[in-house]
Amino acid sequence: MTPPESATLEETTAVNQALSVADTKELIKEVLEVYPDKAKKKREKHLNVYEAGKSDCGVKSNIKSVPGSMTTRGCAYAGSKGVVWGPIKDMIHISHGPVGCGYYSWSGRRNYYIGTTGIDTFGTMQFTSDFQERDIVFGGDKKLAQLITELEELFPLNRGVSIQSECPIGLIGDDIEAVAKKSAKEIGKTVVPVRCEGFRGVSQSLGHHIANDAVRDWVFPQYDKAKKEGNVPEGTPYDVAIIGDYNIGGDAWSSRILLEEIGLRVVAQWSGDGTLHEMINTPSVKLNLVHCYRSMNYISRHMEEAYGIPWLEYNFFGPTKIAESLREIAAKFDATIQQKAEEVIAKYEAQTQAVIEKYRPRLEGKTVALMVGGLRPRHVVPAFYDLGMKLIGTGYEFGHNDDYKRTTHYVENGTLIYDDVSAYEFEEFVKQLKPDLIASGIKEKYVFQKMALPFRQMHSWDYSGPYHGYDGFAIFARDMDLALNSPTWSLIGAPWKQAEATA
Amino acid sequence: MAQNNIDNIKDHAELFHQDEYQELFQAKKEFEGGHASEEVQRIAEWTKTWEYREKNFAREALTVNPAKACQPLGAILAAVGFEGTLPFVHGSQGCVAYFRSHFTRHFKEPFSAVSSSMTEDAAVFGGLNNMIDGLATSYNLYKPKMIAVCTTCMAEVIGDDLQAFIKTSKEKGSVPEEFPVPFAHTPSFVGSHITGYDNMMKGILTNLTAGKKTETKNGKINFIPGFETYIGNLREIKRIANLMGVDYTLLADNSEYLDSPNTGEYNMYPGGTPLDVAADSINAEATIAFQAYSTTKTREYIQKDWQQPTYVTRPVGIRGTDEFLMKLSALTGKPIPKELEEERGRAVDALTDSQAWLHGKRVSMYGDPDLVIGLVQFLLEVGAEPIHIVVTNSNDVFETELRALLDSSPFGQNAVIYGGKDLWHMRSLLFTEPVDFFIGNSYGKYLWRDTHTPIVRIGYPIFDRHHLHRYATYGYSGTINLLNWIVNTILDELDRNTIVPAKTDISYDLIR
Repeated sequence: MTPPESATLEETTAVNQALSVADTKELIKEVLEVYPDKAKKKREKHLNVYEAGKSDCGVKSNIKSVPGSMTTRGCAYAGSKGVVWGPIKDMIHISHGPVGCGYYSWSGRRNYYIGTTGIDTFGTMQFTSDFQERDIVFGGDKKLAQLITELEELFPLNRGVSIQSECPIGLIGDDIEAVAKKSAKEIGKTVVPVRCEGFRGVSQSLGHHIANDAVRDWVFPQYDKAKKEGNVPEGTPYDVAIIGDYNIGGDAWSSRILLEEIGLRVVAQWSGDGTLHEMINTPSVKLNLVHCYRSMNYISRHMEEAYGIPWLEYNFFGPTKIAESLREIAAKFDATIQQKAEEVIAKYEAQTQAVIEKYRPRLEGKTVALMVGGLRPRHVVPAFYDLGMKLIGTGYEFGHNDDYKRTTHYVENGTLIYDDVSAYEFEEFVKQLKPDLIASGIKEKYVFQKMALPFRQMHSWDYSGPYHGYDGFAIFARDMDLALNSPTWSLIGAPWKQAEATA
Repeated sequence: MAQNNIDNIKDHAELFHQDEYQELFQAKKEFEGGHASEEVQRIAEWTKTWEYREKNFAREALTVNPAKACQPLGAILAAVGFEGTLPFVHGSQGCVAYFRSHFTRHFKEPFSAVSSSMTEDAAVFGGLNNMIDGLATSYNLYKPKMIAVCTTCMAEVIGDDLQAFIKTSKEKGSVPEEFPVPFAHTPSFVGSHITGYDNMMKGILTNLTAGKKTETKNGKINFIPGFETYIGNLREIKRIANLMGVDYTLLADNSEYLDSPNTGEYNMYPGGTPLDVAADSINAEATIAFQAYSTTKTREYIQKDWQQPTYVTRPVGIRGTDEFLMKLSALTGKPIPKELEEERGRAVDALTDSQAWLHGKRVSMYGDPDLVIGLVQFLLEVGAEPIHIVVTNSNDVFETELRALLDSSPFGQNAVIYGGKDLWHMRSLLFTEPVDFFIGNSYGKYLWRDTHTPIVRIGYPIFDRHHLHRYATYGYSGTINLLNWIVNTILDELDRNTIVPAKTDISYDLIR
């Protein structure tokens, strides 16, 4: 989407957005006042107002969080185990270290999958080495090796194991790579050591990168070997992989269905509902289709360099972007696919129209403030636009500069931009900008609901979903409506209190 | 098209049952490299056997689906019971995101805590600068009355010294000299969340009561709830104390924090035990803890340093509540009011009404040590028979106490305590020695699915059912809640098993 001219935009949004660019900048200044000097200097680089025509959002990103600021960020382990590796359903992912990390992330993200849990799939289970003091003192390598032997005996249908390092592993000098090599020989399966200790990097983002590198170093060599031996199955010209869709609430499925309908053959899903086998075979595809750029651009770039596979970012949020993306994807293939893409867009026209006719009048003109991770602070924006809603602020938990550059294609002049926003800043911004809807995470949800503000979780879809694809858009529209137009909000505040206030 | 009815938009619960998605799932198998369904079936059956159970119980290094969390989770739960208190977790920042999410998902309330956000450089040089900056920033931003510091395993492994760090931070002006910054080292590779609760409670009380001992007692009774996740329990304790006219101090009262009214305005620190009141707890007549194993060190400290008697009573079930009331009456000289006696009568009446459905029922359970003891107290009273008791964060003293309780009743004779075991062990137990129902937290739903044993959700966390944490399990009224949850689960299950027309519905009875 091309950002509209700034002058006209300020007029058209004046009703919903009380503040001008200058006013919003002033607001940022005021909010920063309370910080101690050192922290203020750091934080002021992360807050800005988007001005139309600029090539980025004017904020610094991917920098250490300010201690004590109440960041929403997680850690490298969360990025690797929680996001990238955890959803690979037929492998066992060991939370290696003390019990907590695996416990808190156990079934926390709804990475849907089909399988018999505990038998041939292991997604909603928690496997841990449950470190005790003696493991810290004497090291955990022996325990890890024994643990993998035990896993193999109790869960014989597992296709492999990943070792997800928690903080102590890197601090006590364990050699998990050596254990992985030895254990892989012993059980005759893939064993992947991942150095995703939580203190590495500034957020979950480095965990994504480390996890991507582990795929490159410990999984792809198996493809290379098979290729050498001539054991790679023959593909078709339409083979693609879905990269960076974690199938929250089934998102990858409601995306896959469209790709298959336009005639493509999805041979791998990374990593929601994905298998090790799919991962190993991915270098055979013709095109990688990247949903979450942030968490999987690394492996996509690697496949481009090492295997010559091009990659394409797509956006399946909302009918405008879905159609645009389907056409862009189809353009990489022949006329048959392009023809089918048009047919699919036409096929869903009625369904989409019905959704917009029903929900747009109920949501028109409502404003939203976003704060999420990954790609969502930009990618979901057009779905709100499709429903007639307006974005007044957005920001990333752990975005990088390239995310903020991409964001400029999605936001309008005057949008408040906040990177790694603190609880304090977010609350203050919301109090001043008064959005009709906040779309953020579980830690934020009840803060704003206490302020009588409608809220939807944009990490977990608030246990709903899928939101991707045409089928998902209908659910998205329904959910935004039920949040904004719930009668419960009008119950807040006792009537006699209101009477007293106006008396 | 799957969304073919705009008036009935289908989300995941229905969408994926439709043909186009079922076909998609089937087709995807071609690429998955999965196992033959017969093989999956064969292994699935094998995991139900005694042979598998023996292998499962023979494992030494592997933990699968444990029923315990780590220390700092308990520490920050203790902290938020004090007025205006901000938990500050020194170490890696991801932990705090996890704790906040976990509590928020259970209580459906905001939960504030900050991290000192240590990264690689802190791993090498120590986290002192993170502490200095973190205290200053959080003090300025969130204007707490107290900051309670605990640690993640990262800070523990590198050996950061909280006492020295806090002292230095104060010298550097991060917070005023007199500002209370209690602390507790809470390594996640020692104990569990209940240990962390204990350490933090002791740390806070040590800090607040320093130099507050007076010549005379203040006539109050201190109550320590322990790692308590039932807000109704805190309210029930306060109600009982008020009914009896007992002057008390709750150490600490996080009931407002974790269940605050929606007024349209967000308050970061609702309620909490005032700091001066908490400081005066050193001068109380006695301290009663409602959990033993989350307050071990705290009680030891109170006995030794405060020279104050401490008691543990678990007001669960009729006799548990009796014991609490009589203890309270004995300590304060206040009589037990008629109102409570009537409540007792009503609760006993309810138990006798339902006893036929509970008598001889075989029950499994898992959870924290004190939770399990309370449940066993209750179950034995109604004639249900505990069978498998799994406690991942067990210890020897607890197992001796629980064994004695089980041995005291003919209904406890068949129970086996599985200390240090996890929910994958429990799965084997439920398959090989089935029971009528089991009690556990939300993670138990996977056991329900696999073994078809009905679940009664009691414990922490409860993520998949709403509002249960608002109720009490303590007192006579809590006894009725426990009874209600348990007996109606049994009756629901009976209906589910007798619902097929012309086949099983002979017993689909209207009156029970």
